[in-house]
Amino acid sequence: MSRIRTIIIFGVLILSVAVHEASAARIGEIVETDPWNQMKRFITLSDRGLRLSLIGALLFGAVCGLLGSFIVVRKMALFGDAISHAVLPGVALGFLWSMSKDPVAILIGATLAGLAGSLLVEAIKRTTRIKQDAALGIVLASFFAIGLCLIRIIQNNEGASKITGLKSYLFGDVAVLDRYDIMTMGVVVILTIILFGLLYRPFLAISFDRQFAVSIGFPVRILEALFQMFLAFAIVISLQAVGVVLVSAMLITPAATAYLLVDRMHRMLWIAMGVGMLSATVGVFLSFLGSNLPTGPFMVLSASSIFTMAYLFSPKYGRFTKWLRYRARVKKVREENSLKSIYHVLESKGLESSGNAILMKDLSSHRKMSKAETVKEIKGMKRSGLVKLEGQNVSLTAEGFNKARSVVRNHRLWELYLTNEANYASDHVHDDAEKVEHFLSEEDVAELESYLDYPREDPHGKPIPGRASV
Amino acid sequence: MSTEGVEVPAMEIHDLTVSYQKKPVLYGVDMLVPAGSMVGVVGPNGAGKSTLIKSVMGLVQFSDGWVKVFGEDIKNNISRVGYVPQRESVDWDFPVSVIDVVLMGCYGRLGLIRRPGKEEKEKAYSALKKVGLEAYEKRQIANLSGGQQQRVFLARALAQESDLYLMDEPFAGVDAATESAIVELLREIRDQGKTLIVVHHDLASAREYFDMMLLLNMRVVAFGKTEEVFTGDLLQKTYGGRLTVLSEVAEKFAKEGS
Repeated sequence: MSRIRTIIIFGVLILSVAVHEASAARIGEIVETDPWNQMKRFITLSDRGLRLSLIGALLFGAVCGLLGSFIVVRKMALFGDAISHAVLPGVALGFLWSMSKDPVAILIGATLAGLAGSLLVEAIKRTTRIKQDAALGIVLASFFAIGLCLIRIIQNNEGASKITGLKSYLFGDVAVLDRYDIMTMGVVVILTIILFGLLYRPFLAISFDRQFAVSIGFPVRILEALFQMFLAFAIVISLQAVGVVLVSAMLITPAATAYLLVDRMHRMLWIAMGVGMLSATVGVFLSFLGSNLPTGPFMVLSASSIFTMAYLFSPKYGRFTKWLRYRARVKKVREENSLKSIYHVLESKGLESSGNAILMKDLSSHRKMSKAETVKEIKGMKRSGLVKLEGQNVSLTAEGFNKARSVVRNHRLWELYLTNEANYASDHVHDDAEKVEHFLSEEDVAELESYLDYPREDPHGKPIPGRASV
Repeated sequence: MSTEGVEVPAMEIHDLTVSYQKKPVLYGVDMLVPAGSMVGVVGPNGAGKSTLIKSVMGLVQFSDGWVKVFGEDIKNNISRVGYVPQRESVDWDFPVSVIDVVLMGCYGRLGLIRRPGKEEKEKAYSALKKVGLEAYEKRQIANLSGGQQQRVFLARALAQESDLYLMDEPFAGVDAATESAIVELLREIRDQGKTLIVVHHDLASAREYFDMMLLLNMRVVAFGKTEEVFTGDLLQKTYGGRLTVLSEVAEKFAKEGS
């Protein structure tokens, strides 16, 4: 059954491609809804309209990631949002001027409207005491409203035939992209990449320290105008696929994701472009599966999902990663405290060396933990190879003994340092040493030892064990 | 150092007047800075110290007057001037490493398009070494202390190899040890025949650090050799209360004039 259906679809496809070579088949024109078939068609890229959509998604995903990175590090996210709304009247005017969906006319109209919007924001800021955010809010909404009115006027005048073309600018539909749209996109993307390839360093300098960039004689105003122009370009070419309301998310979310992952601007650019392309592609895929679902929301949702992953699992800044690190630290402190307790009990009997055993009940009373808790803890440490457990007898392995000794040494060294050098009273130093003992590195210890001239006793007269390696 | 002889001043400011939204903040500043001197700019809060430097650098528009650097309009000689902004003026979470920032010192020489090559990278590294931060080369700048961040800015200025430096509060939020290290470095730069103009907030140490001083409070109270200018009378004039008449008139002018 399904094979026949596939063949029919293929037939229709080939026919439509052959008949309408200039205006390619659109995804939206195919009424097929079987997700499995759709998936097959997606993977084999057999659908020409789909191919166009995918190329479009990759192109604008990349350019949004690139420009979005600069927007995010310059804290201009709201500005990006404002421009994306401000271009709408320009789109409508471009449409009116050419009386068709001419991508070049629309690009020019939208870019002019975007620039007009940003100039207006500047003017409001300069001539009144209204600040950037309020100025953006005013301009954004007014321009958007003008755009909505114009679109309604066009729809009323032109009849239903062109409504689909314009509607996609509001909510985004990647299926309406035709060959000319893709070509316009391609040109814009190539220009953008050339521009930022050549002028990466000036843009970096302006973004990091604008005053400095001015001071070394860079034409900052011209560069900023250029940046805004290309930002408007990027927004316009993404508009049909994502829609005016959501396009700023494609600028901000992939870039913000990259910002959570890396610490260098050029890496951030690459990752943002990658995330942009990936989320746009996933958006196309999902809307293709569901046949004729709006692409914009799916693209934005995929970008948001990737952001959520980065938020949780970023190696450096992820919340979950941080939690894991915290857990590991807590475990380390607990284990080291138990090792220290064993050492103390051994020491009180004059038996401090590995292999000598103490009783579980002595340990639990020294550690001030219940018997059950102590047993659980010791069993865990046994798995890590730090202790041996025979019946009720607990002893340290060689590794455990070395660790125990260094914790005790760290503790006593730190107490001595505080009393000698920071003039702490000797009964004030214990609590601080309890924390510091777990975090002193080998170098810290070496420095402390030489600073204190290789001491043998802590302020309480207890011996400071030598370093394990010595 | 200058080909035209010693008499060409490093910087000459004539009748510089700056207003923010029609409210004057600097009145008719005159200043003639001889090459090879280290000048401290001191004055109370709101005296216009930063504004003076920013207007020289073209970051703030001035309504009147002119600035010459090494005998020429500053626009033509901008490559000989290095600017160190206040540390708080940038976002230290920005995704760049320490060496990235120092390399920016070479951007002016390179122009808009040329990439930094081996030579520039070596210069940046040696500048970083001079401020003692070579171990932090690859660190992200957020992981630095305030004093270290200030030194990164200094290293960037060193990499510029300018003849005249304008520094806005390079000692702000810096510990005592770093401060003396920075002063040492600035003296070294001066001893190479370069000129430094430094905004400073601490009077006591200013006397010790600088050869010349500009006492500023919306207008020049005094400018000259430190031992001549650093008198109780002149300091009293600089810090002794706000210039009530001057600021009241300015206030009025701003309201009426708009």
